[in-house]
Amino acid sequence: MITKMPDMILKGNAIKLGDNISTDLIIPGRYAHLRSNLPQLAKHALEDADPTFISRVKPGDFLVAGKNFGLGSSREHAPVVIKMAGISAILVESTARIFFRNAINQGVPVLLCDTAKISDGDKLEIDLARSTVANLTSGGRLTCSKVSPLMSAILSEGGLIPYIQKHKDFVPERAT
Amino acid sequence: MAKTLAEKILTDKSKSDASAGDVVVANVDLAFVQDTTGPLTVRQFEKINFQGIAKPQNAVVFLDHAAPSPARQLSNDHALLRRFARETGCHIYEVGDGVCHQLVAEYFAKPGDIIVGSDSHTVTAGALGAFATGMGSSDVAAALALGKTWLRVPETFLINLKGTLPEGVYAKDLILYLINQIGADGATYKALEFAGEALAHITVPERLTVANMAVEAGAKVGLFPSDEETQKFLTTQGRSDNYKPLYPDADAHYEQLISLNLLELEPMVSFPHTVDNAYSVSKAKGIKIQQVFIGTCTNGRLEDLAVSARILQGKRRSPGTRLLVTPASRQVLTQAIDNGYIKTLIEAGAIILPPGCAACLGLHQGVLGDGEACLSTANRNFKGRMGNPKAMIYLASPATAAASAIRGEITDPREIM
Ligand code: SF4
Repeated sequence: MITKMPDMILKGNAIKLGDNISTDLIIPGRYAHLRSNLPQLAKHALEDADPTFISRVKPGDFLVAGKNFGLGSSREHAPVVIKMAGISAILVESTARIFFRNAINQGVPVLLCDTAKISDGDKLEIDLARSTVANLTSGGRLTCSKVSPLMSAILSEGGLIPYIQKHKDFVPERAT
Repeated sequence: MAKTLAEKILTDKSKSDASAGDVVVANVDLAFVQDTTGPLTVRQFEKINFQGIAKPQNAVVFLDHAAPSPARQLSNDHALLRRFARETGCHIYEVGDGVCHQLVAEYFAKPGDIIVGSDSHTVTAGALGAFATGMGSSDVAAALALGKTWLRVPETFLINLKGTLPEGVYAKDLILYLINQIGADGATYKALEFAGEALAHITVPERLTVANMAVEAGAKVGLFPSDEETQKFLTTQGRSDNYKPLYPDADAHYEQLISLNLLELEPMVSFPHTVDNAYSVSKAKGIKIQQVFIGTCTNGRLEDLAVSARILQGKRRSPGTRLLVTPASRQVLTQAIDNGYIKTLIEAGAIILPPGCAACLGLHQGVLGDGEACLSTANRNFKGRMGNPKAMIYLASPATAAASAIRGEITDPREIM
């Protein structure tokens, strides 16, 4: 199965966070009453991890973090508020399983790479089809691990719901 | 090829030969949502615009996280979920019935099932030999619509247990110790499978505590074989016909083997703000706490209230320490009343909260103040978890929690028992 990735090349600036950013830090449980009002909820994105995030994020920016990003609860609101804040891709050293699946289901690419080589504010260019990141600030180039064919098919449809609307089923993975 | 428990269940439910690393599409035996992730699931489900739920008898809505609701927006979310249950014909458990994972264990989970829930602690049902895993709202919406889901077959870590737990040491201490050894992301994408001679002495309620926290090591599922203990539990729940034995093949391939002698374990405490930051209770001794919280899907079962009541019998909580107790379900609450545990706990100064999640996620009922510390029997101590990023959460067993409530500081339960 050949699947193309959406918007093959993404350009933006890195907003860098640390390790172990839990879903409680991404969107705290105390805002659960706003979960049916996503624009209001999104104003609190990452507030406990980095209170300056919301004021400095610009559309198209990349969220860059370390190990075990998105650990904790299954709340899909975590990638939803990150996306609504304007983030176009997430680059991490490693990610928790449910968060990874939720982000792809929301159509947000998550790339796994050595994010220690990226600093806050770096200009990056991501080639989704090749899974590479060019650091235009430092001049370095990073290779990211590839997602499975089924996940990249879901991503290329813009998320799980559009994928199911189109295919009416999970199309089992075939060897490429 | 010889198979692990995860491979066996996924082979059966996908009607294919499932081995670690494969991606399979499997039939789902139970799909459920709770009230903080359910409204988004309903919206995603309605976008798919299918002919309703594939198998309404296998779908459940639980109102447990904000129960009773502390805010009008959450009350409206409850109304949305009630309407969804009415229109689709799925089951609904109301405010006060209990925490989803406890109710799944009491009424639904069977050995060999595939269970998906829009809650990360869905892994709890692994205690009954079900391949149970947490997913987000979109994935559960798809499972409701299609009656199936896709899964990557996980590699498995085998946890071989021997010996018996010493006095004052519980299943909670075992899993806190194990998460400390593996690390908070050490088992990401993996299955944990429990085995060994010790299982004969580990009851299903204890297994539920262990399986519940598998996700705190990053695991996709925490699986126990289905054996005599499973049969005993299902029979007590009036579900003996749901029993079937289920074991891994003898020469299955495991990615890692971890052996643990339970006799060597001690009471454990996880320090703020990560679950794997766990030490023997002696390191935490004397830390002042303003709140003790006994309950949650990890440790709100009858056995947990029994041990708490035994320790608090004839004693009082320290005047500076609030003691919150939340039975995990209506069944647990009524049995605890019948057995006299509730009276003992109230006389010791406890506040009994209605069955549900209560203080666990910081939404209502027991939000901490700035600089306050809480000793909780829950599964997570992340910063901000109990409603305040300026508070500290320590995790421990119900015995350690009860002993600590008496002294107002973290206490080794063996000093009081
Ligand atoms: S008790 Fe806590 S951990 Fe368990 S389902 Fe409720 S909020 Fe989640």
